[in-house]
Amino acid sequence: MAETADAIHHHEAPRGFIRKYIFSLDHKVIGIQYWLLALVAALVGMTLSVLMRLQLAYPNQEFGFLKWIFPNAAANGTISPELYLSLMTMHGTIMVFFVLTTAPQGGFGNYILPIQIGAADMAFPRLNMLSFWTTFLAFVVMVLAFFAETGVIGPIGGWTGYPPLSALGEIAGPGEGTAVMLWIISIALFCIGSLLGALNFITTMLNMRTRGMTLTRLPLTCWAWFTTAVLALLSFPVLLSAGILLLLEHLAGTSFFIPANSIVNGKLLTDRSGGSPILWQHLFWFFGHPEVYIAIVPGMGLTSQVLSTFARKPIFGYRVMIYAIFAIGLLGFFVWGHHMFISGMAPMTATVFSLVTLVIGVPSAIKTFNWLGTMWGARIRFTAAMLFAIGFVSLFVSGGITGLFLGQTSLDLHLHDTYFVAGHFHMIMGVAAIFGMFAGTYYWLPKMFGRMMNETLGKIHFWCTFIGVNCIFIPFHIMGIMGAPRRYSLHWNPVTGEGLQYLQTMGPLTKFASYAAFFTAAAQIIFFANLIYSMFKGPKASENPWEATTLEWVIPSPPPHDNFGGHEPTVYRGPYEYSVPGAPKDYCMQTDPEPSESPESEH
Amino acid sequence: MSTTTVTRPGAKIRPSGVGARGNGSHDDGRFPGGGGPPSGPGRSGGGDEFHPEKYRIAVWVIVVGVVMLFVALSSAYLFRSAWQPLDGPSDWTPLWRPRVLWLNTAIIIASSVTLEVARRFLKREKYLFFNRWMSMTALLGLGFLAGQFMAWRQFVGQGIYLRTNPHSSYFYLLTSLHALHLLGGLVALSYVTVRGLRFNFGVRQDAAVQATSIYWHFMDALWVFLFVLLFFWR
Repeated sequence: MAETADAIHHHEAPRGFIRKYIFSLDHKVIGIQYWLLALVAALVGMTLSVLMRLQLAYPNQEFGFLKWIFPNAAANGTISPELYLSLMTMHGTIMVFFVLTTAPQGGFGNYILPIQIGAADMAFPRLNMLSFWTTFLAFVVMVLAFFAETGVIGPIGGWTGYPPLSALGEIAGPGEGTAVMLWIISIALFCIGSLLGALNFITTMLNMRTRGMTLTRLPLTCWAWFTTAVLALLSFPVLLSAGILLLLEHLAGTSFFIPANSIVNGKLLTDRSGGSPILWQHLFWFFGHPEVYIAIVPGMGLTSQVLSTFARKPIFGYRVMIYAIFAIGLLGFFVWGHHMFISGMAPMTATVFSLVTLVIGVPSAIKTFNWLGTMWGARIRFTAAMLFAIGFVSLFVSGGITGLFLGQTSLDLHLHDTYFVAGHFHMIMGVAAIFGMFAGTYYWLPKMFGRMMNETLGKIHFWCTFIGVNCIFIPFHIMGIMGAPRRYSLHWNPVTGEGLQYLQTMGPLTKFASYAAFFTAAAQIIFFANLIYSMFKGPKASENPWEATTLEWVIPSPPPHDNFGGHEPTVYRGPYEYSVPGAPKDYCMQTDPEPSESPESEH
Repeated sequence: MSTTTVTRPGAKIRPSGVGARGNGSHDDGRFPGGGGPPSGPGRSGGGDEFHPEKYRIAVWVIVVGVVMLFVALSSAYLFRSAWQPLDGPSDWTPLWRPRVLWLNTAIIIASSVTLEVARRFLKREKYLFFNRWMSMTALLGLGFLAGQFMAWRQFVGQGIYLRTNPHSSYFYLLTSLHALHLLGGLVALSYVTVRGLRFNFGVRQDAAVQATSIYWHFMDALWVFLFVLLFFWR
């Protein structure tokens, strides 16, 4: 039944607006829908982070505009600890799920993967539409949580949602009733949407490759999306199971996570017995660590693609890059314990988790050196996309190195739950992954919308963002070593003398990080202005503006409804054949026949 | 001086330079690099040919996803049942085993057998026999679901609910999640049965039956695993 509909779908584009742009079956429209959803979510998440930095730079000061934004949560114009916690929770949740997981995989992956493998669409277009709309519904439910309770704008338990706080319901405090329920439902919906997406990605990549597109001729972006889909397939069911248990705690009064005889806000709970909050941590981090890779792995693939394109050199160690990406994905499933060193763990177990964590450094270093090897001695074209890809490598190194610190059990005892951790994961999974998205946007926007982005503005945007994020997050590491705890709405208030006295010298550093955050957030205006202007008024893009070799660059920009116009491209070469000796130009498209077929090029 | 453009056949002029407008080699409607109209058996172009493979891959992917869901919950179950507080005896009170679950286990194993028989008949194109055995499989599937419902009713009749004790929590959780996934399998079984009864046979039916049988056998194995886990472990 679905096949007949697909057959029609492949031949001509649907005409009505709703069929074409809203409930579309076209992977390109769905990709753009995901990408736009992520852009909106990124704006929301960024706004929340700016408000948090405002509170940290000016602890408990009154700001008139806060009354206007949060008429009931900040009625007196200050950010209360509860409001701060809910800002942080929503910032984390929205950024991790609806930006870092949505844009690189759902957005670019959906748009580019079928084209790069030479297919007319994903394997299951209807499922693809369903997975986007499930994700969209999840976002709507998450936004509802903003308005669920008074005094806060969502749950206050952080994006990790640790029970028992998140499992007890209203007695646990503001935001832990309706808001946390909406939060769980949203996460569960998101899991389902991601699983449907992963199913589609894996099937598409295994079954829909065109003639000649062998596995070792696939662009590294495809390998990255495939690995990500496998990670999602293996980890999201676990989060879903944890979400179901947490929902049952609220709806059915079970005790999976709530220990017996807990005293909550001075009240002894007698109706729950014998659960373990640690169970949630195991389930959550079994998902949570692969989730970090779900966020960053597409960025790795994209960086490989962009570096090779603009260095005009083949990627260094193509096969090793594939093995390294799989190794990172595989090892990611055996390290979840390093998030729980201080939750209580047998020292032997902790050592094993620590060792496996450090081993991830090996494939990561292989990737880093291969990227450097790709750029070594190259005549680099410094486009905005290239700058962001190089920025990705830089942040991957500076964020990854601190991961080795945190992977040490003994060091982690001190650094756990400090700003050091916040600095580490913002560098690597936050900003590095977002640099991947920026690189993807500058690189593929000409393909997606048929218009070039302004390169000068792109370069200004890069330098502002790159300097800005380092100014935000390098101080985080120093604050962490000083012992500043995460998630506190206030470290030291010099006016009233509230807070942690040992942190009273940290004030200038906190202010500096906040100013850097305001600056970086403001710099994104350049990006959005450039993006919106270029989408409609930018210079028209040719079919291959970057002189790249992969299949998306052999078709018009933007591509027609069924990508290759009913034809099936034939692939003769690997994906990164730049500066091929003896070739007539400095790059060979994947669709160019082998030179050995013409007699004069044989040497 | 007149300019002459020499175009060698086969050499394509590529747009060069960042952001350059290309020569529009697609203007003539041909796609560069497109190897012409697709050829070969089973290749009808545009990707609208029927790929039976993709359904098989998709079902295996679904199986892996469902396995992960139950791996997570079963390991939680194993740890919970073995857990002992430091200051006292274990609070684990095992449930009694409803006898209807034995019947259910027999029913679902039987349904796997009838499904295999139906599949053999389909392979030999004996469609009448296929329909008979496939309908039987669907009915057995329904019977299993009814039996599970009876088991829940028996517990509820004795005042054992989801929140009563840890074992009952996990029992209801695991069995109802299994039933929910089984319901999906039942929809698939009904789909292929109805198609069969309408004599709608061909490659699509073959693919649907194959995909359904992979999923159904997995549901069967999953139930046997859960039955052992819930009532024979420890």
